[in-house]
Amino acid sequence: MIVAEKLSKYFGSKKVIQDVSVEVQRGAITSFIGPNGAGKSTLLSMVSRLLKQDDGIVYLDGKNVHKQKSKDLAKTIAILRQSNVVQMKLSVRELVSFGRFPYSSGKLTEEDEQKISEAIAYVNLEELEDKYLNELSGGQRQRAFIAMVLAQDTDYILLDEPLNNLDMKHAVQMMKLLRKLVEDFGKTILLVIHDINFASVYSDRIVAMKDGSIVAEGPTDDIIQSDVLKSIYDLDIDVHNISCNRICVYF
Amino acid sequence: MLKRKIIILTLVALLLAGLYLFIHMNFQAMEYLLRTRLEKILAMVLCAVSIGLSTVVFQTLTHNRILTPSIMGLDSVYMFIQTIVVFLFGTGTFVIMQSDAYFFLTILLMVGFAFGLYQLLFRKGHNNLFLLLLVGLVLGTFFGSLSSFMQMIIDPNEFLLIQDKMFASFTNVNTDLLLLSTVIIAVLCVYIFRYRHYFDVMSIGRDHAVNLGVPYEKIVKRMFLVIAVLVAVSTALVGPITFLGLLTANLAREFLQTFRHTYLLAAASLLSIIALLGGQLIVERVFSFSTPISVIINFVGGVYFIYLLIKESKKI
Repeated sequence: MIVAEKLSKYFGSKKVIQDVSVEVQRGAITSFIGPNGAGKSTLLSMVSRLLKQDDGIVYLDGKNVHKQKSKDLAKTIAILRQSNVVQMKLSVRELVSFGRFPYSSGKLTEEDEQKISEAIAYVNLEELEDKYLNELSGGQRQRAFIAMVLAQDTDYILLDEPLNNLDMKHAVQMMKLLRKLVEDFGKTILLVIHDINFASVYSDRIVAMKDGSIVAEGPTDDIIQSDVLKSIYDLDIDVHNISCNRICVYF
Repeated sequence: MLKRKIIILTLVALLLAGLYLFIHMNFQAMEYLLRTRLEKILAMVLCAVSIGLSTVVFQTLTHNRILTPSIMGLDSVYMFIQTIVVFLFGTGTFVIMQSDAYFFLTILLMVGFAFGLYQLLFRKGHNNLFLLLLVGLVLGTFFGSLSSFMQMIIDPNEFLLIQDKMFASFTNVNTDLLLLSTVIIAVLCVYIFRYRHYFDVMSIGRDHAVNLGVPYEKIVKRMFLVIAVLVAVSTALVGPITFLGLLTANLAREFLQTFRHTYLLAAASLLSIIALLGGQLIVERVFSFSTPISVIINFVGGVYFIYLLIKESKKI
């Protein structure tokens, strides 16, 4: 379980996150939604120790994240941020191999190679595995990075806008894959996601943020309500039940 | 494939070393010539390895292929020390400059300068390597201007002493210091090589590296000091040789087309050795010592630097 207690973060004198406390359940998909600049990405960065908070503590399975060995954490929690630019000439397989670094420290074993192949297969990039990253489309590259995170084989997976650059088919495949990871392997997944319909259909819980604070939090069905969404986005959103899914119409 | 390229480089380096060792051999003075030439080769290898390794690591830490450690201002500090000593002691300096104590003092002051920067900027909780480099650059310019000022007002004969120090040269290396330098540089090489897999991960960016369990900030800080010591030792031994690292680190990347630092570090060192041995051969056999080697290296390096700038700007 991830527990954040009274997290705050300032950039200069600007408070980006203000006294945020949140608990994330194991074995579920929790989506973080909210307008731009709400602090969702910053929150995820602090939870995953990429960014140090100015105040507050993050506990991962009861232990303070910033006091643990980075190497041990890398086997428990993985994060992928939104902009991933690599300047080097790197093939898909080489990139995904980096995901095994916490286990292999650079010398890949049979088991590592197998996990790498599995991860590449999960995101359907087998045919492109020897291509260089700069030869791929944005969506293919995004999937390669997600494969790297999958190869890391951690209990907790944090993805910051994983659907960026993906077309509809691949976006749906990606969400189904994440669902499968939760159901078959008991992974815990945290997402920052902008498409609220994807959040509504695929996540178990939703945390809504606005201006550096949490404004609503709960099971998906409690959050996907017209009045709740209006308070988050300042937008009139109709919610319809379509084949057991709650779909928002806001166009 | 990568291994084969490294073997090729090793063979070329060995060939050049053999050539340098035996060309124009006077068999009556063989023992003397072999000894002095071997010492020169050792000095070149030491300088080459420290420059090659420090530049590759520095470029990985800064994610920038057109930077070299000289941006930290160590070269200027070195020239400042030389100038101030000549300024204070005049022509008596030559004796001082040959002494071991002077060698240590130079290293100590350069490392002290780097350590001062480090304390000032890293310890205060900043983690910004680029801020540190910027301050280094500004201070380097400051020391450079001070040196120029003093060089203006000293005796022209004394200025010749300084001018001699401005360019790296292997013709009069202090051989007493070779053994000690070898030990220092060897230890640091082993230390750097132990981190080679970390460098691979660090080259895909800080966030990914931290995510994969690399103690990023800690390694940056440690390597900053290691690089400073390497540059200081090699500069104190033979003098500043700015463009060598830029040239060889980039050639290594172009030649190998890989991110694996095991090979990059080896190739950069070997290419530096080849450049120095080849350059020295040209200096001794073509120009008959009329020009210092760093002039040739800086010329080739400078041309290559311009090529890199044009190539990179075309990409955008």
